[in-house]
Amino acid sequence: MEDFEELGMAWFRRQEKGIITPTEQKKETPDGLWHKCDSCKHIMLMREHKQNAYTCLNCGYHARIGSAEYFELLFDDQQFTELDPNISSANPLNFEDTKPYLKRIQQAQETSKLKDALRSAYGTLQGIPITIACMDFAFIGGSMGSVVGEKIARAVDYSIKHKTPFLCISRSGGARMMEAGFSLMQMAKTAAKLALLADAKLPYISLLTDPTTGGVSASYGMLGDLNIAEPNALIGFAGPRVIRETIGKDLPKGFQTAEYLLEHGFLDFIVHRKELKKTLARVLKMLL
Amino acid sequence: MLLDFEKPIVELEEKLAQMKKTLDLSNPTNQKIIQSFEQNILELKKETYQNLTRWQKVQLSRHADRPYTLDYIQAICTDFIELHGDRCFADDKAMVGGLGTVEGQTFMFIGQQKGRSTKQRQLRNFGMANPEGYRKALRLMKLAEKFNKPIVTLIDTPGAFPGIEAEERGQAEAIARNIQEMFRIKVPIISIIIGEGASGGALGIAVGDRVLMLENTWYSVISPESCSSILWRSWDYKEQAAEALKLTAQDMLGYKLIDGIIPEPLGGAHTNPQEMYLIFKKYLLETYQELAKIPTKKLLSQRINKFCSMGVFIE
Repeated sequence: MEDFEELGMAWFRRQEKGIITPTEQKKETPDGLWHKCDSCKHIMLMREHKQNAYTCLNCGYHARIGSAEYFELLFDDQQFTELDPNISSANPLNFEDTKPYLKRIQQAQETSKLKDALRSAYGTLQGIPITIACMDFAFIGGSMGSVVGEKIARAVDYSIKHKTPFLCISRSGGARMMEAGFSLMQMAKTAAKLALLADAKLPYISLLTDPTTGGVSASYGMLGDLNIAEPNALIGFAGPRVIRETIGKDLPKGFQTAEYLLEHGFLDFIVHRKELKKTLARVLKMLL
Repeated sequence: MLLDFEKPIVELEEKLAQMKKTLDLSNPTNQKIIQSFEQNILELKKETYQNLTRWQKVQLSRHADRPYTLDYIQAICTDFIELHGDRCFADDKAMVGGLGTVEGQTFMFIGQQKGRSTKQRQLRNFGMANPEGYRKALRLMKLAEKFNKPIVTLIDTPGAFPGIEAEERGQAEAIARNIQEMFRIKVPIISIIIGEGASGGALGIAVGDRVLMLENTWYSVISPESCSSILWRSWDYKEQAAEALKLTAQDMLGYKLIDGIIPEPLGGAHTNPQEMYLIFKKYLLETYQELAKIPTKKLLSQRINKFCSMGVFIE
């Protein structure tokens, strides 16, 4: 009986923290003042979080910020000119799953206040003229369709025309299913444009953030002269769920993290977001 | 293996064969009966195959008896030497390649290979290449470029392999690299989807000056099953997903995402492989003749411009 009880204890031992927080310990976080870390649940002032480049003061977790925050972090004096702000999705396939595609787009535009999953802009970074494209995960999981492809293509054209380096910040689940064949071909389109950028001998830096998978990592995401990433970002071709289902086994700890990719030779370095601007400037000054 | 919509046709064909055996064929009345029976079968076939749903075409594209990459190569080449390995890690059996001669012209053939028996399927990893497969393909393309030989890629894959080792060795990087490098290869590239063309795993060898699809194949960003599981949260909506994805050769040509369709024998490539090989060879040579006339610089800029013009949006 004793053995049995011991076993019973083992069954119910909590092995991961943060699964359940008792009601009395739950803290209400009023909007607009406090930020609660998505990872360690640490509570900090929003101002502090922002000053810390939207990373947790306690655990260093990099919050999934979007183009607005990156542009603000990277462009000098937060001054930039947005490129092609008005391109938005059409519905070439008349796609409908549980919802018509255009309705999905409309809802995403309303909730995210974005036109699509990527914004591009030019400005200066520590005095260096630069063109930056940045994905917005808040818009249908940062999925890449015709709009994302076209905006990258045009941002690269702008870089070539004005001889600026190009930075692309990826955060995406991959290609957008609702544009099927069109989404797939954006992989080719962006890769082709980046080949032209390379021919012009202009630097392309690809910053991979959490998460970057599928058609995005398998095209422009991995094609940087420098591929860099934020700490602990999930980066891969297939998503972890798909791999787990395919091989029928649990995945090793730390699998597909930025650190794992660095170790396997697919990243040049990992950079903390607080150091991002400074590091980019250092690298670009040496390359240009 | 018979698909649902093939059954009635095969039943009639079996009946016909039996009639031919039992009836006295010197009798003109019997001859007429046979003739009209044959006519009926032909009409049923035409009606069936002209009205296939998108899902039925997906089924045909995966038919177990369908010719695979090496079948085409062996059927149309007078000589073929298979080449192996990516010179980095391994030889991927899911991606085959080599030099072949067709009507006196040497081509570099590259393609995903599926297996027919259980053992072969495992060996070929169901046509799902690992990073070394894509790197082998790129090595062979560069070899072709060096010796000025045109490239033919045959696409037949349910996707690039999603496994731990594939991720470890950079599946995403390998595919991305191939897509970009294919824009720089200074010889004509003809890409032909002969079965399944799933996502980046297909595109990784499909950046062609001409991209052609066999009549009963599919090419899209995701398989109907996976699309169903993600968007409908169930595997049961694959038919709807196939319809929504507009993934057939006819759809893709309509959207100008491919350059042409290669017709298959009535009933699909597997019903008459010999005829299929002849059609395939004819289209391949014609396409090559057309591309051979284009100066290299123009060929490359046309290749880039074609893919860069793909996309539909509102501004």
